[in-house]
Amino acid sequence: MSCDDKVDCGRRRLLVATSVAGGVAGVAAAIPFVSTFAPSERAKSAGAPVEVDVSKLAPGEMMTVEWRGKPVWIIHRTKEMLEGLSKIADKVADPQSDRQMQPAYAKNEYRSIKPEYLVAIGICTHLGCSPTEKFKTGAESGIDADWQGGFLCPCHGSTFDLAGRVFKNKPAPDNLEIPPHVYLSDAKILIGEDKKGA
Amino acid sequence: MAAANAEKYKTDGTAAGNLLEWVDARFPLMSLWNDHLAKYYAPKNFNFWYFFGSLALMVLVIQIVTGIFLVMHYKPDASLNASGIPVAFASVEYIMRDVPWGWLIRYFHSTGASAFFIVVYLHMFRGMLYGSYRKPRELVWIFGVLIFLCLMAEAFMGYLLPWGQMSYWGAQVILNLFTAIPFIGNDLTLFIRGDYVIADATLNRMFSFHVIAVPLVLIGLVAAHIMALHEVGSNNPDGVEIKKKKDANGIPLDGIPFHPYYTVKDIVGVVVFLMFFSVVVFFMPEGGGYFLEFNNFFPADPMVTPPHIAPVWYFTPYYSILRANTVNFFWIDAKLWGVIFMGLGVMVFFFLPWLDRSPVKSIRYRGPIYKWALGIFVVCFFILGYLGMLAPTPGRTLVSQICTIIYFAFFALMPIYTSLDKCKAEPERVTG
Repeated sequence: MSCDDKVDCGRRRLLVATSVAGGVAGVAAAIPFVSTFAPSERAKSAGAPVEVDVSKLAPGEMMTVEWRGKPVWIIHRTKEMLEGLSKIADKVADPQSDRQMQPAYAKNEYRSIKPEYLVAIGICTHLGCSPTEKFKTGAESGIDADWQGGFLCPCHGSTFDLAGRVFKNKPAPDNLEIPPHVYLSDAKILIGEDKKGA
Repeated sequence: MAAANAEKYKTDGTAAGNLLEWVDARFPLMSLWNDHLAKYYAPKNFNFWYFFGSLALMVLVIQIVTGIFLVMHYKPDASLNASGIPVAFASVEYIMRDVPWGWLIRYFHSTGASAFFIVVYLHMFRGMLYGSYRKPRELVWIFGVLIFLCLMAEAFMGYLLPWGQMSYWGAQVILNLFTAIPFIGNDLTLFIRGDYVIADATLNRMFSFHVIAVPLVLIGLVAAHIMALHEVGSNNPDGVEIKKKKDANGIPLDGIPFHPYYTVKDIVGVVVFLMFFSVVVFFMPEGGGYFLEFNNFFPADPMVTPPHIAPVWYFTPYYSILRANTVNFFWIDAKLWGVIFMGLGVMVFFFLPWLDRSPVKSIRYRGPIYKWALGIFVVCFFILGYLGMLAPTPGRTLVSQICTIIYFAFFALMPIYTSLDKCKAEPERVTG
């Protein structure tokens, strides 16, 4: 500009200060807009626990219930299935469940409260597909000759054993998540809470 | 634009001439017309590959117009209706069955999505053939890559709206990519979804982005892309600058006015394109399951993942790159590597203008190394795209890993092989 030599420094400072204040106000005004992305109060309150009766679940079978819109699997594992789990401890990525994918009471070899019942969220820890059951063992499963039964994620090929433990060198980084759950009686499980009547 | 005053329209005394002069004294109508059409001098040697820019613009118009009409009948609502079908899914069926000509408008829109990517991929390949991203067209290219990114976002969000099985599980996979980000990943994904799973909140925000936010950005970027192009002038199959040789009036010797020469020529491209487009719309709107996947004719079911899940064809090369990462190293797990490489696979195009060190622009004068490199790159891109549609097996994963390495090697090694290449001398002027 031609009037550069006559800049009024006081007014220039005032302009800068006004711009800064206006910029801060503009950023602050973005907060309510961005905040609308967070889950609404209604979505937050919708996650009530689910009660499940497992008395009719035969050994070797699996059932799926819905909790917080996610599939939760309950598998009644047979003795052979449980024995299979210890054979493959060196093939799974986190055999001792050291990573926090389960409540403390499910941090054991079988990743469950009672060894015969596995309760797990049926959502692959890779990108959220629901793995499909591959309970047939050996070569018949189409996976490999030593297959002890488990799950195959159809999306990216991750495999999990019957304790929801992910096999090594697969896209999924973690074992399947074990939801908080508690036995209300021998055959009744409450999924979504840790304590009776809590 | 500086010459706008001198070029102002002078009336020829007719009523139309008077009106035009009146407008031009108040709005730069004639200078816009001249700068971008009547006196925009484009190289005279444009070939087949130069149809795709104007075709992309036409497909954008088709998508916007059909989209406006679809929104009049579509409902972004994941709740179940009286028959137990999600309202969004049912409203798409309603458009297909009950809205007069609704099927045609929807098939235009769904076919337009795939057509957009075909045209844009060919348009980008043209840039790689003739070095159109090279100096001084870096910003033209960067705006173009941004348009490509917007298109991917637009296509992804649009695919969620019918709320079919593929919509749902495709979105589940893609939104879960964000969980791979360390520390904030899970919270960020929750924030993007607006619920603990993909739900009504997700559907509604994707609808809003798909019909308002991204199209606005897209139109702005297209305007910037064209303005930057018209500032520096178009490249051509010889990759030589026509502005270096001008006549006494300052008009490039090898340039012809875009209008009427290329407007008329592009009409031929439009007609041929619409012939192919109509064949798909009227005879094979599902495109053999590639344009509209069969699983998407089932309503979304959050409890059951389809046994085979794959994105629509235009995402499959990047999906293959994502799946090819199966090894944890550097304390970063395979999942995050997959996301990083998938993102890099797109982002790397931004750097193309600076990776290419060749003394010539056009493939016509490049040496054998670049020709082989580009050819192998294209083959790998196709193989990745093909494998991305199939279920993963150990053998296929290995092939996709090899192709992923080649994909990135094409870019990473480009500064080396383009400067080693034995190029031919460029001609002084375009060769016709």
